[in-house]
Amino acid sequence: MSSGGQRNRTREEDGKAHTGAGLMSPAAGTVLLRWVALFVLFNGAMTVLRLWEPLWWAAALVNFVLLVRIAEQGALLVPARFARTYERSLAVAFPLVLLAGWQLVVGAEILSPTWFPPPTRIVRALWELATGFDEFTGTSLFGRPWEIPARLAEDGLKDGAAAFTAESHLFATLMRVFAGFAIGAVPGVLLGMVMGVSRTVRAMVDATLSAFYVLPKIAIFPIMMLVFPNPFGEGPKIAVVAISAFFLVAINTMVGVRDIEPVYLEAGRNYGATGRRMFRHVIIPAALPVIFGGLRIALGTALIVIIAIEFVRSRTGVGYLTFYYWEILSPDKMYAGLVVVMILGVGLTTGLKALERVVMPWRRDPGRSDPGG
Amino acid sequence: MTKISAEGICKSFAGPRQRVEAVRSFSLDVREGEFVCLVGPSGCGKSTFLRIVAGLMEATSGRLEIHRDAEDGRPLNSMVFQEYAVFPWKTVSENVAFGLAMRNVPRKERDARTAEWIDRVGLRRFAHHYPHQLSGGMRQRVGIARALANDPEILLMDEPLGALDAQTRTVLQEELLRIWQSRRKTVMYVTHSIEEAVLLGDRVVLMTAHPGTNKAEFTVPLERPRTLQTTTDPQFSRLSYQIWEELRDEVQRSMEENA
Ligand SMILES: Nc1ncnc2c1ncn2[C@@H]1O[C@H](COP(=O)(O)OP(=O)(O)OP(=O)(O)O)[C@@H](O)[C@H]1O
Ligand SMILES: [Mg+2]
Repeated sequence: MSSGGQRNRTREEDGKAHTGAGLMSPAAGTVLLRWVALFVLFNGAMTVLRLWEPLWWAAALVNFVLLVRIAEQGALLVPARFARTYERSLAVAFPLVLLAGWQLVVGAEILSPTWFPPPTRIVRALWELATGFDEFTGTSLFGRPWEIPARLAEDGLKDGAAAFTAESHLFATLMRVFAGFAIGAVPGVLLGMVMGVSRTVRAMVDATLSAFYVLPKIAIFPIMMLVFPNPFGEGPKIAVVAISAFFLVAINTMVGVRDIEPVYLEAGRNYGATGRRMFRHVIIPAALPVIFGGLRIALGTALIVIIAIEFVRSRTGVGYLTFYYWEILSPDKMYAGLVVVMILGVGLTTGLKALERVVMPWRRDPGRSDPGG
Repeated sequence: MTKISAEGICKSFAGPRQRVEAVRSFSLDVREGEFVCLVGPSGCGKSTFLRIVAGLMEATSGRLEIHRDAEDGRPLNSMVFQEYAVFPWKTVSENVAFGLAMRNVPRKERDARTAEWIDRVGLRRFAHHYPHQLSGGMRQRVGIARALANDPEILLMDEPLGALDAQTRTVLQEELLRIWQSRRKTVMYVTHSIEEAVLLGDRVVLMTAHPGTNKAEFTVPLERPRTLQTTTDPQFSRLSYQIWEELRDEVQRSMEENA
């Protein structure tokens, strides 16, 4: 805890020690070259000897180890100043290498390019998906966002938004995720809080909650279709997302409140915090990190659930789009749909992390490397 | 006049197998404006006793009476926790202002008092820092400022200088002496340092090893006002040694028990 500054210092010293070693032994650069040469040689030999097909899994493993060695040797040559930048660039470089590997593997027809299209073709499909407009269904990925203000003015909030999401797959999915997440998470936090502080409520509700918690929420989709007047409308979809988020958030919030260091509650009491103020000044901020952990899991789950539902029962949404292109045997665009889902997931998580930094300023510390944020 | 009167205080906790007795029939009377130091081996129940006095815990048995002055809105007691218990989600100044904010002290007065106490514990430059940006000793000082700014009738301090380096510790001991000299609060002060107890206290109360009960009591005859110079007084070293003689067996016992 106290080591914000301290850890930082050791980090810098680490960096210096590394450069020091790099400067002192002129071999560091040579060693790096040697590893790169080994990497090239190995893959060349695999190709020439035609060992890829029978031994691809072993080759992948060896290549991974070689890449790690190369990255480590590279780190020795990077000045301490750029150590963090270097580490971050590794996170980008690794998937690029994977994609390059895929491209090569498919290019050599080790995998069928029909069913596993190379990344270049997926990128092209992604472009077509983003710019294309399906005349038959009257839908596209983004819809016509520039018409939103006019539509809202004309048809009012509800109908305008509905008309817009009906023709945009991306926003249809986003709307379902956001609506379901909000409808589920808010009562989830409230129930979790109450369960955290009240022994009685916990005793009553805990077992039921745990039972629902393990239930795969998609399984209740049919029931939701019965509950809502329009079984094919947005209602049942949003409801299932909301229910999934609700249980995850409730349980995490409860754990967050239960795990508060008792001494903070004692300090709150000793200095006169009672009732609402105890919640506002002690319980909520103390539980917030765990609550946000729950929100993050819930948001990820919301996305999984909605994509799955769109696969089976929807005419719009990124999940529908992806499955549709599978059904009409257009794998390029199916992969493009999956990429959209991934981008969506990363975007939502990043947004939530940004919110976390705003809501919990005490955890924001530029000097501290804080994995898991 | 007796401010705190504790008689035959017992406290036991439900352990995993059997009940753990933390305090056994401990009695202590503290006069209004008296500075009492509580010394005893680790785990003997000092913190537990302080929590009972603070009203954060119920004694299993025994009688506790605290005389309330009951005038203005001053709080009855404020505790400096051994574990600091400084809120990580509040800045230094928000932490120090906490007690005042909870009892609706007007903004202006609150700000003035907060600033004053942050200055006194030497954290002015860190007023807007969060606790994780401070060292352990600095956090402990925030805890001390939070209690003193609250201006309670009784100060309960659980090893408040325990996390500090020797020099800061000395400086704050002098500061505590000065503060007490001007305010004459009732203080119950837990420490592991016999010298600190003799320097600060009117009375030093020894507890036995776990479960803690009354072992011995020493009145400190040293004159007030005291300063660091008091430590050069021959009476000071004689009393310190005398207390150590008494405490040694208990520490030995406590170590053997834990071994
Ligand atoms: N909440 C609790 N539940 C169970 N046992 C406890 C609890 N609090 C304290 N104890 C036990 O009571 C005994 C006294 O603890 P206490 O913290 O009061 O000791 P202490 O004198 O303050 O020790 P130290 O000088 O190390 O701070 C210990 O044996 C401890 O394990
Ligand atoms: Mg203690």
